[in-house]
Amino acid sequence: MFVASAFAASAQGAADATHTETGVASEGAHAPNFPPFDSSTFPSQLLWLAITFGLFYLFLKRVVLPRIGGILEVRRDRIAQDLDQAARMKEEADQAVAAYEQDLAEARKKANVIGQEARDAAKAEADAERHGVEKELEAKLADAEKRIGAIKDAAMKDVGAIAEETAASIVQELVGGRLDKTAAAAAVKAVKQ
Amino acid sequence: MANDPIHQFQISKWIPIEIGGLDFSFTNSSAFMVATVAAAGAFLFLTTSSRGLVPGRLQSISEMAYEFVASMLRDAAGSQGMRFFPFVFSLFMFVLVANLLGLFPYFFTVTSHIIVTFALALLVIGTVLVYGFWKHGLGFLKLFVPEGVPGVLIPLVVLIEVVSFLSRPISLSVRLFANMLAGHITLKVFAGFVTSLSALGAVGITGAVLPLIMTVAITGLEFLVAFLQAYVFAVLTCMYLNDALHPSH
Repeated sequence: MFVASAFAASAQGAADATHTETGVASEGAHAPNFPPFDSSTFPSQLLWLAITFGLFYLFLKRVVLPRIGGILEVRRDRIAQDLDQAARMKEEADQAVAAYEQDLAEARKKANVIGQEARDAAKAEADAERHGVEKELEAKLADAEKRIGAIKDAAMKDVGAIAEETAASIVQELVGGRLDKTAAAAAVKAVKQ
Repeated sequence: MANDPIHQFQISKWIPIEIGGLDFSFTNSSAFMVATVAAAGAFLFLTTSSRGLVPGRLQSISEMAYEFVASMLRDAAGSQGMRFFPFVFSLFMFVLVANLLGLFPYFFTVTSHIIVTFALALLVIGTVLVYGFWKHGLGFLKLFVPEGVPGVLIPLVVLIEVVSFLSRPISLSVRLFANMLAGHITLKVFAGFVTSLSALGAVGITGAVLPLIMTVAITGLEFLVAFLQAYVFAVLTCMYLNDALHPSH
């Protein structure tokens, strides 16, 4: 049933289409059934198409398209400007980084110099102190040696006197005479040398 | 005749106007031309009225349409072609919005009438001819004589080129017209199945699910076709205008 009615509907359409063609062929523009080929409506459609499309064209050309074009141009300029600014800022940042690194290198160099100086000063001070101590020690050593020499001399002098006395007494014992003190001293001296 | 798939193309007079024996009545077709132009113009005008540096959704639709047509024209006809930009953009928007409006139930489809599409196609070819002869004089005729063709073949090639040139307005208009017509008839036939099946009670309603799915699917397809045909119309216009700008192939 429903198939039949649907078929009938499409058959009706097909019949209309064929009828249109035959109608156009035989009777010209006399009210054909297929509307797109109904030439009696053509003047109206053409007129209103010309009016509406013409106004549409003018409106777009005069108002809308310049406006959208303007919007897009402003945006393009703005983006280019922003990109320029970003590039400039990046350059500045790069420069700042370079300056920072240079400062850092200089500071490091300076720190090295200061460290070196401190080391040198400490070394010089230590050297000076050592020198002082050594000199003091040397002075003390020389002092001691002098004292030892003096003691030794004194002892040696005592040794001479003892030897003279001993020699004199030995001579006295052996020879039995009195020995001149000076002669004894000279003899001792001769032996000693 | 609720199920007649042709009925939707019927033109009915709203305000009868007759001048010099010709019928210039304001019809439903005229009304939808006005609606198309008003909708497209108002959309483009209102969405760009804030001139936002950062576009909103609607403003970006207008901008996308602008850049879409602009790049299409620039690719096909070079930067010299941009003098025709308002023309191509108007054509594209008019056809697109007319096609899309026609998809609303009970709405009339302006582009489903051959006379409308043929008039637009003639406008394109007329522009090509007028501009071509104005710009290049008789040099425009080089369009029909491709370079590097042996002398013997020239008459044949020129004949083919002339025929292909003359068939352009026909193919341009029939393509758009036939697509819209066939799409709407198909849609109407399948939707008609749904109503006639539903009239048959529970079994019929169950059976109507299939044509309903088809109707939904075809509606989606018709949206694609509406856009695609507007695009094809605009692209071919760009190519024909390229011939007017650079006639020697």
